[in-house]
Amino acid sequence: MSDDSKPISSKDFIHELMRYRRGSVSRRHFLGVTGLGLATAVLGNAMPGLRPRKAWAAGELGDTLNFTTWPNYFDQANLDQFTKDTGVNINVTVFGSNEEMLAKLQAGGTGWDVFVPTNYTISTYQSLDLIEALDLARIPNFVEADHDARFIGEAKIGGAIYAVPKDWGTTGYVVNTAKVKGAMTTWKEFWDRTRGDLSGLVMVHDYQLTTIGNALKYFGYSFNSIDPKELADAEKLLIECKPHLFAINSDYQPAIRAGDALVSVAWTGDATQLKRDIPEIEYVLGREGGEIWTDFYAIPKGASNPAAAYAFINFMLDPAVNAREVQAHGYPSTDSRTNALVPKEMLDNPILYPAQELLSALEFGAAATLTDPLRAEIMARFKSA
Amino acid sequence: MATAAERGGKGVTALLVGPAATFFLLLLVLPLTVVVLYSFGERAPAGGYAPAFTFDNYLNLASRGQAFLNTLMMAPLGTLLCAVVAYPMAYYLAVKASPKWRTLLLVLIIVPFWTSQLLRIYAWLLILGSKGVPAYLEMIGIEGVRLVNTRFAVLVGMVYGYLPLMIFPIYVSLERLDKRLLEASADLGASPVRTFLQVTLPVSLPGVATGSLLVFILLMGEFIIPALLGGGKVFFIGNALVDLFLQSRNWPFGAAVAVSMVLVMLASIVVYMRFVLARGGMRQEPVV
Repeated sequence: MSDDSKPISSKDFIHELMRYRRGSVSRRHFLGVTGLGLATAVLGNAMPGLRPRKAWAAGELGDTLNFTTWPNYFDQANLDQFTKDTGVNINVTVFGSNEEMLAKLQAGGTGWDVFVPTNYTISTYQSLDLIEALDLARIPNFVEADHDARFIGEAKIGGAIYAVPKDWGTTGYVVNTAKVKGAMTTWKEFWDRTRGDLSGLVMVHDYQLTTIGNALKYFGYSFNSIDPKELADAEKLLIECKPHLFAINSDYQPAIRAGDALVSVAWTGDATQLKRDIPEIEYVLGREGGEIWTDFYAIPKGASNPAAAYAFINFMLDPAVNAREVQAHGYPSTDSRTNALVPKEMLDNPILYPAQELLSALEFGAAATLTDPLRAEIMARFKSA
Repeated sequence: MATAAERGGKGVTALLVGPAATFFLLLLVLPLTVVVLYSFGERAPAGGYAPAFTFDNYLNLASRGQAFLNTLMMAPLGTLLCAVVAYPMAYYLAVKASPKWRTLLLVLIIVPFWTSQLLRIYAWLLILGSKGVPAYLEMIGIEGVRLVNTRFAVLVGMVYGYLPLMIFPIYVSLERLDKRLLEASADLGASPVRTFLQVTLPVSLPGVATGSLLVFILLMGEFIIPALLGGGKVFFIGNALVDLFLQSRNWPFGAAVAVSMVLVMLASIVVYMRFVLARGGMRQEPVV
């Protein structure tokens, strides 16, 4: 990092610009909010030359699958392989937040075949009748016994399974230790130093669950609190810290890479990817706790091509395919058969597999936070303050 | 008693007006009615819209006061800066540039617009970021400059993004300028500065007014530039709307904010037009 303050070279400039086109801008939020995800999907589809060629004529799986996921969250080689095997072209749309996915599904007519909801949203989708119970006979690669029960519990409602696990992860923060002096281990330090020596250098997500949740942790409240008094404390802290933040944006990789921001709330995979390129990056899970989560594959009700949706989910859960996924996106799998195929250094990586005492303090997001009007409004007030 | 010709005339009028009227009814009046109706509703428990009749959404508008204030300050400021930057460029193109180069120069102004606006604004994020302009400033000894995620960055993005919309109307109005007026002014002993102020500028004001209106309206609804270059810290009404519909899924409040925004915009445009017309009327007479 010695050339760190030098101006960006033209090669790096283009590289950074392309990062945004590759969809590595962030896992959640950015592309969806700006509409770019949709735009690229539409554009990609409009250019026949860019569409993968079919291996065989349209068979029982149809010729198109609409896959809605998060940016930087899959291995393109795996998607290409599926297309080669089945002749089904995959339209990838990337989204910004669970709230936004829900907004689209509520509005209806999405045309999605497979999407990737997070654990705390599944019960709401189920109660709003927006997803279907899965026919597990069509996903033989999902073997329930091979998954740690604590990661998949929320997908099981009334004995039926509504979604199968993609991967899991945590929400902590990344610190550029080349510039930030003194160890950081807690959310209290995160918020206090944001208002102190790190003023202007810290980012938080544009996402109610993590931003409000981790502000609640400052006071030792539950990450999932919907108690008006506790939320009022969190709002006060957020608004106090706002002038000191570098940005409110889930698109934090570019700012951290450029050195514009030195600390940011971050998810496991983004931390893995950042650390790959910048060894000085450390990933911190606040000692007070925070979020642990699982993302799932699910099929929306009225999907236009359920046959291809089942085939695709089954393909992605093939341990060999899934292991390649894990190595690309850097989020750990819940599947023990997949983990047997992942290189040992990844299984030993503390970013993917934090120490047990840090993990046990974490909470899974609660369904109530998704629909709670006060949390939504506090996030909006914080942003517009 | 209407004559056949009159009746025929009405038929033609109906044919002429019909398509536009249908278009406006289906794509403007109806959706706008829905928005107004929704603005009196309630947020459904899981988000969305639930029928109700309440003024709560309008009473809650103050919670977005800062977004209204930001937009109402930044949009006119951006428009003004656009005009200040665009005028000399348009003047050069219309009056000074040789006809041989003029077309090429005009095309060069448009060419960047063949690239997605999003990509161009994203490029500014890198230019203004710490390895961009601030790194060069550091080389000449000016340290600690931070540009990105400030109002300044948003203004740069707005001026850059909308400049051609200002240049072209001004260019067109200046191109039509009768050069003999300038000669006459010089012959009568006016200095070049006086000629510019009393002849050229008044003649080009309609172009400035048109360009400003175009840019102002678009800036009022802008949300991508503040989102990218403001880092979520410079918040416009457009951003508040995106949040309300796509994040909090509070459609009724979103509808109320949208209705208020339309009203604020109409009011600003009426005030602006009055101002422009009044000034235009005063200036026109002595010149023509």
